[in-house]
Amino acid sequence: MGEKLIRYSPWLIHFNTGACNGCDIEVLAALTPFFDPERMGVKLAPNPRHADIMVVTGAVTKKAASRLKRLYEQMPSPKYVIAVGACAISGGVFAGSYSTVSGADKVVPVDMYVPGCPPKPEAILDGIVKLLLKVGRGG
Amino acid sequence: MSVIEIPVGPQHPALHEPIMLRVRLDGEEVVGVDVVTGYNHRGVEKLSESRSWVRNIYLFSRICGICNTVHQQAYVQGVEKLMGVEPPPRANYIRTIMMELERIHSHMIICAIMAEVIGFDSLFMLMMRDREVVMGLKELIAGNRVHADIHIFGGVKRDIDDKIRDTVLRKLERVEERIKYYRRVFEEDFTIRKRLVDAGVIKYHEAIEYSLVGPTLRGSGVKSDVRADDPYAAYAEIPFNVITRDEGDSWARMLVRLDEALESVYMVRYALEHLPGGPAVPKNIKRAAPPGEVFSRAEAPRGELFYHIISKGGQNPYRVKVRTPSFNNIVNGVFAYRGARLADVPVILTSFDPCISCTERVLVVDESRGVKRYVRLKELSRNQGW
Repeated sequence: MGEKLIRYSPWLIHFNTGACNGCDIEVLAALTPFFDPERMGVKLAPNPRHADIMVVTGAVTKKAASRLKRLYEQMPSPKYVIAVGACAISGGVFAGSYSTVSGADKVVPVDMYVPGCPPKPEAILDGIVKLLLKVGRGG
Repeated sequence: MSVIEIPVGPQHPALHEPIMLRVRLDGEEVVGVDVVTGYNHRGVEKLSESRSWVRNIYLFSRICGICNTVHQQAYVQGVEKLMGVEPPPRANYIRTIMMELERIHSHMIICAIMAEVIGFDSLFMLMMRDREVVMGLKELIAGNRVHADIHIFGGVKRDIDDKIRDTVLRKLERVEERIKYYRRVFEEDFTIRKRLVDAGVIKYHEAIEYSLVGPTLRGSGVKSDVRADDPYAAYAEIPFNVITRDEGDSWARMLVRLDEALESVYMVRYALEHLPGGPAVPKNIKRAAPPGEVFSRAEAPRGELFYHIISKGGQNPYRVKVRTPSFNNIVNGVFAYRGARLADVPVILTSFDPCISCTERVLVVDESRGVKRYVRLKELSRNQGW
């Protein structure tokens, strides 16, 4: 994937696919002054069409799955997906439920997994940095 | 009369949670709102039937990340009643401390989000910064910032030592000072008053008639709080005031929250200073419950939380029914939008403190129809982009 560079500060879009809120408030906390990624230009995009990285949280319910796919299709290439939290990785405590598909990677291609229940804001930011290093920027 | 339908959501950056409001408009005036939910339905109640009593503690706390400790409290105190286990007083105090810390951060986050929704971004950022102190305290006591997971049948999993107690007491001073400041901002700031005062008025009798709960109910002048009406954990021993306001608008609901957060600071301080001695961590954990049926309720940051647990004996519950406060407030509260202007819709929704993950264990089926324009909540609140 080395040829698909993001040459500027990535903008994120956050989609809750059926999370308990734990990861969502940590994603929110990661973007606020205490950690302040905005000093590097990393911030939430107002629209999927402006976004480079999609941050997916939650166990991906069946109803949210089609919306997740549609949001991903609306993003311009190159685009990447980070799955934040145990639920977005494998379904977490909700694995095996009748209404979840258990894992964001069953619906969209995931480039980086951030484990935890919920992961700390530092871990979420670290995931974003690792993704940027993986795609060949920021090294 | 030509009525335009505008869908709001389900993906928008303001609330971080998927919900869709179908707003019907006549010009600028809202004539009706339909709530479309189901994006977050995870089937928790069904899952709980196939898991053991102890594993379910962690499942139920993950109904909602913001009010996780109070979900655990309601479930654990219900199951303890079934099992005939009584937690020691020290454990009750530690549970109460965690629940009140959670209330502080929950009320701070919704006030911060309200600031963001009305376009007051610097206030949002400042409140989120000061909320980090409370998250740090939660991590100090429980070992995790969000999911405390401190409850276990017959006690708590971690004790508080003197060093932790002193740190918490010291840091609470800063939290108290900041909350007092934000309360003043919400009370006096011209912009905030312009947007919140008289937005989504709910009258005293309406609040009761539509069975609203929590700060939404207390913002309409109804004095009802499970902590005072039916004390659980250590609430019977800790003095506190039930906050009410008579205005019934979005502004009153936010001020009730800030006053409650301040009240919670005093409660945590009192509980830490009067922490009883003795054990808090149980040596043995009971894993099976005899047949029976219990009701259990607790006051979540958003209102009354209700658990109905049925056991047929053995390792698993037979049925657990959860009634969360947000479901009442969001779905029953739709009458509050009528007659408001379109730009007030996000303000009114935020003033209910919508916790979608709590709500979404209930599936509401709705068919979509007609021409749609997608609008983000934030754009709507600032009157741009549509």
